[in-house]
Amino acid sequence: MGGSGTMAGADTAGPGAAAFIELDGVEKVFDVRKKTGFLKRERRRVRAVDGLSFTVARGEMVGYIGPNGAGKSTTIKMLTGILTPSGGRLRVAGIDPSRERTRLAQRIGVVFGQRTTLWWDLPLIDSYRLMHRMYRIPDVRYRENLERCVELLQLGELLDVPVRQLSLGQRMRGDIAAALLHDPDVLYLDEPTIGLDVVSKAKVRGFLRDLNAERGTTVLLTTHDLQDIEQLCSRVMVIDHGRLVYDGPLAGLHEAGESERTLVVDLERELPPIEAPEPARVMRVEGPRQWLAFPASASAAGLVARIAAEYPLVDLSVREPDIESVIARMYAERTSA
Amino acid sequence: MGVGSGRLYAAVAAGGFRRYATYRVATAAGVFTNTVFGLILVYTYLALWDERPQLGGYDQAQAVTFVWLGQALLAALAIGGGGFEDELMERIRTGDIAVDLYRPADLQLWWLAADAGRAVFQLLGRGVVPFAFGSLFFPVALPREVSTWAAFLVAVGLGALVSFALRYLVALSAFWLMDGTGMLHMAWIAGLFCSGMLLPLNVFPGALGEVVRALPWSSLLQAPADVLLGEAAPLGTFVFQAAWAVALLAVGRLVQSAATRRVVVQGG
Ligand SMILES: Nc1ncnc2c1ncn2[C@@H]1O[C@H](COP(=O)(O)OP(=O)(O)O)[C@@H](O)[C@H]1O
Ligand SMILES: [Mg+2]
Repeated sequence: MGGSGTMAGADTAGPGAAAFIELDGVEKVFDVRKKTGFLKRERRRVRAVDGLSFTVARGEMVGYIGPNGAGKSTTIKMLTGILTPSGGRLRVAGIDPSRERTRLAQRIGVVFGQRTTLWWDLPLIDSYRLMHRMYRIPDVRYRENLERCVELLQLGELLDVPVRQLSLGQRMRGDIAAALLHDPDVLYLDEPTIGLDVVSKAKVRGFLRDLNAERGTTVLLTTHDLQDIEQLCSRVMVIDHGRLVYDGPLAGLHEAGESERTLVVDLERELPPIEAPEPARVMRVEGPRQWLAFPASASAAGLVARIAAEYPLVDLSVREPDIESVIARMYAERTSA
Repeated sequence: MGVGSGRLYAAVAAGGFRRYATYRVATAAGVFTNTVFGLILVYTYLALWDERPQLGGYDQAQAVTFVWLGQALLAALAIGGGGFEDELMERIRTGDIAVDLYRPADLQLWWLAADAGRAVFQLLGRGVVPFAFGSLFFPVALPREVSTWAAFLVAVGLGALVSFALRYLVALSAFWLMDGTGMLHMAWIAGLFCSGMLLPLNVFPGALGEVVRALPWSSLLQAPADVLLGEAAPLGTFVFQAAWAVALLAVGRLVQSAATRRVVVQGG
């Protein structure tokens, strides 16, 4: 290995050079054995990842979302090499992760929101010194990277504090720094904002945005918090039951989820539900106020004109669909289909 | 391997040392406990050796020395547990072990280095005071030659290696057992009984004595004590200890690769 550090562009040979992360029909099946009684065991197969294919180019920042148990963490583990796929082909920086885990480790940084790589009983700085040796980071580069992380993640006052005394948000920032000291080309984050307060979330997001913009670090981010995605990622992949159900820009999610906008209408007095033209329909009536749903792709103008002409209209407003309900609808459609 | 990884494991060992050094109250409490245990054992042994002089080939001063050696090494060699194994088992149970696996470091060397740092701290922090106390207030049999002391320290180092190798195996059992506490307790009892912590192994009669003295645990206390007391030839003792260390560390490697394969396929 030697102390050569990372070499940008070292893997630009070959036709697949643009794709930094490459999955082709990747599967992961777990054999779960459950004790169901004395000496009785039940065997069950769980398809955690089921034929997943996607590529991520160098320098992209991709959000990876899905409900609990969708297979997000399993994917990340396969991308780090600590889990072997049951089928399919997987490459990161041209390396097969599970075959060459140690070689790949020099190229990737990983943060698991619910686990820490930091040394629990010792001051934060001790963990960084360990990273320095573990990844054989040249001294100058180590100092530069540490300085940068300390400044941008505001770790200055925390360096001498034992990790067990850090708050969750402080620890998370500490963990992110630990994952970046060896200049990885790609950073995987599995739920990095889980359990963090608003201020900590903002700090983490700001840092990741800069990291991606200034250093070109490829970032793959799993999250429950859709604001993470809205603020950071131009591309989002949605996974459900181990399958990719959407891959594209955030805005496109609305169409994919066949989302609806809501027209809120205030009339002069209480009236029976408005007879709206298809496909718009009244969802709710409460006194003089009525809620109408109509496709997000359709214009509101015609509907508004029609209501204004036929009903005693006082006021109205249009509500955009929020992304959470869009995704909830996507999942609902898939499970009922 | 090479200079780079040497520096890594040196840093890990230094961290292991510093980590235990931060627990000052626990260290003071440990020193107190070791001294009290030593006192109880010493008075028991004195009574025993009054009844049966030259029991197991030791005279009274040697028996007393043995007690204080035991108290000095109890924590350092984790004879009654209390080393890295609790933490490693917990990491296996919670799945945190996965985080350790993607790092470019060897699991066994990592924990060995951390445990060595701990052992050195506990030898100094918890061993020296009870031993000095015992030597001051009781009749002890200590050698004058520096070479004997040096040989003793080598035997302690090899004993620490055997102790680590045994506990590493115990800890790795957590990959297959739902609850590793049973294994831990069995290991502690084996450690206390078979190392000579409760009674010197040369006191054990007949076949039982032969067997217990041939087991790896005798490397922990009996072997270094006999080197210090001039009852065993250093070289032969080293060979015995080293053979156990190499064998157990090798088994640990095999189990480690089986465990790693399991994690990589089954996800922990
Ligand atoms: N080691 C494992 N053994 C058995 N089943 C597992 C294991 N790890 C994950 N699973 C199962 O695989 C599915 C996907 O899990 P995971 O990747 O953790 O989902 P997510 O991170 O999206 O919440 C779940 O049904 C989970 O129970
Ligand atoms: Mg998860």
